[in-house]
Amino acid sequence: MDIFAQQLINGLVLGSVYALVALGYTLVYGILELINFAHGETTMMGSMIALAVIGALFGVAPDLPGIVIVLTGLLVAIPACMLLGYSIERVAYRPLRHAPRLAPLITAIGISIVLQNVAMLIWGKQYIAFPTTLLPQGRHEILGASITDVQIAILVLTVAIMAGLVILVNRTRLGRAMRATAQAPAVAQLMGVNVNAVISATFIIGSALAAIAGVMVSANYGQAHYYMGFLLGLKAFSAAVLGGIGNLAGAMLGGLLLGVIEALGAGYIGDLTGGFLGSHYQDIFAFMVLILVLTLKPSGLLGSKSVERA
Amino acid sequence: MSLLSVQNLCVNYDSIRAVKGINFEVQQGETVCLIGANGAGKTTTLKTLSGLLPATSGDILFDGKRLNGMPAYQIATLNLALVPEGRGIFTRMTVLENLLMGAYNRTDRAAVQREIDDIYTLLPRLAERHQQQAGLLSGGEQQMLALARAMLSKPKLLMLDEPSMGLAPIMVQTVYGIIQTIAKQGITILLVEQNVRLALGISQRGYVMEHGEITLSGASHTLANDPAVQAAYLGEL
Repeated sequence: MDIFAQQLINGLVLGSVYALVALGYTLVYGILELINFAHGETTMMGSMIALAVIGALFGVAPDLPGIVIVLTGLLVAIPACMLLGYSIERVAYRPLRHAPRLAPLITAIGISIVLQNVAMLIWGKQYIAFPTTLLPQGRHEILGASITDVQIAILVLTVAIMAGLVILVNRTRLGRAMRATAQAPAVAQLMGVNVNAVISATFIIGSALAAIAGVMVSANYGQAHYYMGFLLGLKAFSAAVLGGIGNLAGAMLGGLLLGVIEALGAGYIGDLTGGFLGSHYQDIFAFMVLILVLTLKPSGLLGSKSVERA
Repeated sequence: MSLLSVQNLCVNYDSIRAVKGINFEVQQGETVCLIGANGAGKTTTLKTLSGLLPATSGDILFDGKRLNGMPAYQIATLNLALVPEGRGIFTRMTVLENLLMGAYNRTDRAAVQREIDDIYTLLPRLAERHQQQAGLLSGGEQQMLALARAMLSKPKLLMLDEPSMGLAPIMVQTVYGIIQTIAKQGITILLVEQNVRLALGISQRGYVMEHGEITLSGASHTLANDPAVQAAYLGEL
């Protein structure tokens, strides 16, 4: 087996998840200059809700095709997370819209702790297994590496979602309203844009992406956990910063790149350190990347020279 | 009944009383100017009329509706348009996208497209650059874009805040030519200007604002010959 090709595939799959979550950070940051640190927890809630639905449905109707059960879980998790994202903005951030910037940031951290604890109370502290037997079990050989049906589905779905989002933001009336609000909220209002509704829509879209990413990551690794959103959120945030926060293409590129860096790093870290560090140290790569970007090019790979606000 | 009627309007801005109980009216089809020195409260007045700032007290009546407390985006749907000071162009959106933002709440897409084509015929510079970022336009071109964008909202009242600001003299002439063309179409205009001569030149009536109060009003040609106005604003005449 070719380690490089295998880790590249694993990295792209992992990077797809990072990219979808990073898009949520970057969409909100682009409009409000707010880092929604509760976004990782929205992803976690997506996983947990989907798993709860999948488990319950499998319990009452085990004869249903596995893919139907999994898709039902996903289709429940998406609107649930949309509602969650909308509520977080409405309750926690909107009252602080004109407060000093530290206030919503601290609130975001507070919300993320609340969500972790709510999830822990509902689903407990243990890892919850994703019934991966419900998913297609196919495995394919490509360039000396293997790729599963689930991984192919993740890659295809991610590309489709990114394309849809690009069209939404660049070609639709809502997308124009979002960009206008990001650049000059007062002028957007003069054009008749209900800025609060646009901000709600932004949180709702980002949360839908988070729900999908949450289901993907638990399907790929076969488990979910109330604390999984913390590290995932931090890494996706790093990916958004790597690409240039506020920039959609940047979040996509940053996510995929970070996934690949992490997977390759995990694959070769043993060789690189003469066996001193094992692949469970893969988490250090995301944060090394974050530190390097913040030091060398704080605006990120695709970010504008200065983050302007009209 | 007047299209716009402002009664005893007071506005506090950063805990300063910026507008102190002003009264004025704009009739259908008129071009009215609000002139005065920097800091007189003119921009604050326009921002309050468009809903960007809350009125502290008084009444704003437009087209039979009371605007007090209404959010800016709803006021925009009543066809009251403001071209803000500094033009308010979305610099990272294309020229075409800026125009489409002007028509944000319109559903008659075919008519909007026809009007955009008319704008391109009238202002070929915008047509040439319709797919470019609006931030790449010159100041004068941006002002034209801002006027065209406001016109696409089909305004009953068009409020202009310092349209000559920061423009080269030749561009000021072009922009004022466009404003006169708009006025001739029967659009009611409320014009705020520091360039008093220019404003009195194209308006029928004017109000002079000083320290948040209206101190003088009348026909524009009368104001232009008023010794106090000449001394304060047309000094070099």
